[in-house]
Amino acid sequence: MYCEECNKKPATVHLTQMFNGQKKETHLCESCAAKKGAVMLNFDGQFGIPSLLGSFFGSHYNVKNINTTAEHVICPNCGMKFIDIRQTGKLGCAECYQAFNKDIEPILRRIHGSSRHTGKIPARGGEAVLLKKKIEALKIQLHEAVVHEEYEKAAEIRDSIKDLEKQME
Amino acid sequence: MSEDILNNNYVYWMEAKEGSNSDIVISSRVRLARNLNNLPFPHLLNEEKGLHTINTIKNAWEKSPRENLKDMTLFTFNQLTNLDRQILVEKHLISPNHAASNTAYNGLLVNEQGSLAIMINEEDHLRIQCFLPGLQLSEALNCAQTVDDALEENLRLAFDENMGFLTSCPTNTGTGMRASVMIHLPAFVITGQINYLYQNVSQLGMTVRGLYGEGTEAIGNMFQLSNQVTLGQTEEDIRSKLDSIAGQIVQQERMLREKLSNEMRYQLEDRIGRAYGILTNARVITSNEAITLLSDVRLGVDIGILKGINAFALNELLVAIRPAHLQKKAGREMESFERDVKRAEVIKEKLLREKRQGEDQDV
Ligand SMILES: [Zn+2]
Ligand SMILES: [Zn+2]
Repeated sequence: MYCEECNKKPATVHLTQMFNGQKKETHLCESCAAKKGAVMLNFDGQFGIPSLLGSFFGSHYNVKNINTTAEHVICPNCGMKFIDIRQTGKLGCAECYQAFNKDIEPILRRIHGSSRHTGKIPARGGEAVLLKKKIEALKIQLHEAVVHEEYEKAAEIRDSIKDLEKQME
Repeated sequence: MSEDILNNNYVYWMEAKEGSNSDIVISSRVRLARNLNNLPFPHLLNEEKGLHTINTIKNAWEKSPRENLKDMTLFTFNQLTNLDRQILVEKHLISPNHAASNTAYNGLLVNEQGSLAIMINEEDHLRIQCFLPGLQLSEALNCAQTVDDALEENLRLAFDENMGFLTSCPTNTGTGMRASVMIHLPAFVITGQINYLYQNVSQLGMTVRGLYGEGTEAIGNMFQLSNQVTLGQTEEDIRSKLDSIAGQIVQQERMLREKLSNEMRYQLEDRIGRAYGILTNARVITSNEAITLLSDVRLGVDIGILKGINAFALNELLVAIRPAHLQKKAGREMESFERDVKRAEVIKEKLLREKRQGEDQDV
């Protein structure tokens, strides 16, 4: 299937829009899709159709009101600039998320209605997170213990917190 | 190294499992997108870093003592012909985009039955996918999580405390999870209810799209329902929401089918009988026509108008009639007209064999 716009490149972007209950599908190549940048719903297919979301990054027509990272900022790990990301719809590496955080966060919120992960935490990469969560939980227990005047228990909890905090360093 | 997955039609999701609504839900899939820390995402990989990525993943897989990773085969795409990569696309194990590459650092790690397939360096470094027949999202999620845990023992994944798993496209950030079901909805389409479905589902943070056909038409009444949101909800939230929506769609489809068979019995029998007649007599048939008519036959089997045809055979045909599988069976490349001839032959043979087996069982 070729791009409906230019008829030259293969259509790799498949967009679906609703008009008065009628479904309209548009098939575009990546560059035409980026050019259009209309707000369209993206159906990430079972078969991993690329999710190119130029629209979420602000298209050429509506970028003005977005508070973007200064143009000279480059991801220290992969060398991407935010303008590259906006054009491809893809980040360059995990560190891009930090380097362009100011821009990425509102994008995540627009796509997902949230920018805070509440799901799985990996055991290895998430060690620090897991420790932190454990400490938070212990601090609540500590508070409870103090409130109930269980001082012996409180002292024990305080020691465990200290141990965990040492591991964090 | 097992090459059955490339040489046969069979893949596990075709098994129409009883008690899993397999008359309406063909298959369930859960996919988890994962990336390695510090390496550029696949679209920025050069050969050196690409090979480093796939080797790191390969080591993690080989080191893992877990049972469910044992009987897997790694195909790198430089070893596979274009036809073989298309075979994997038609089995739904890799994406068309992934199949477009032929490098040594693009690959698929797949088990013998094709119920577990890990795409390497597609849009993300890893896409762990579990495919099961019928409506089995819990089981599919469980499978994907176990594999993720096993690989993660030996990998440093890109993860952020606030944003979750970091993916190359922000539509997958967070859980990196996409759960989907492939679902056959002829009664929704015949009664014109399908447009309401499109609207309702998108309001619930889910998407539905036609699985076959180009442009505005979804041919073969085959749809894919999946979650759109990956951040701010747990994996279990996403799974249960999709499960419940799929369950409601199944109920509604059943009700509409019953209504149709009560109120439009003759029209329905006529339509299904004609579809069966064409499929068992045609000498030349295009893919679109075959998919459309197979949907009618499937409906006929599901509501008892046609007897003796297994749901498994119909699922197998969905894959067997597609271009790469036809060419594999013929053992050579074929032009479109030749494929249409071969397709008619494959369908006829399959349906008539089903019929004979059905009759033998009756005797
Ligand atoms: Zn184009
Ligand atoms: Zn980067």
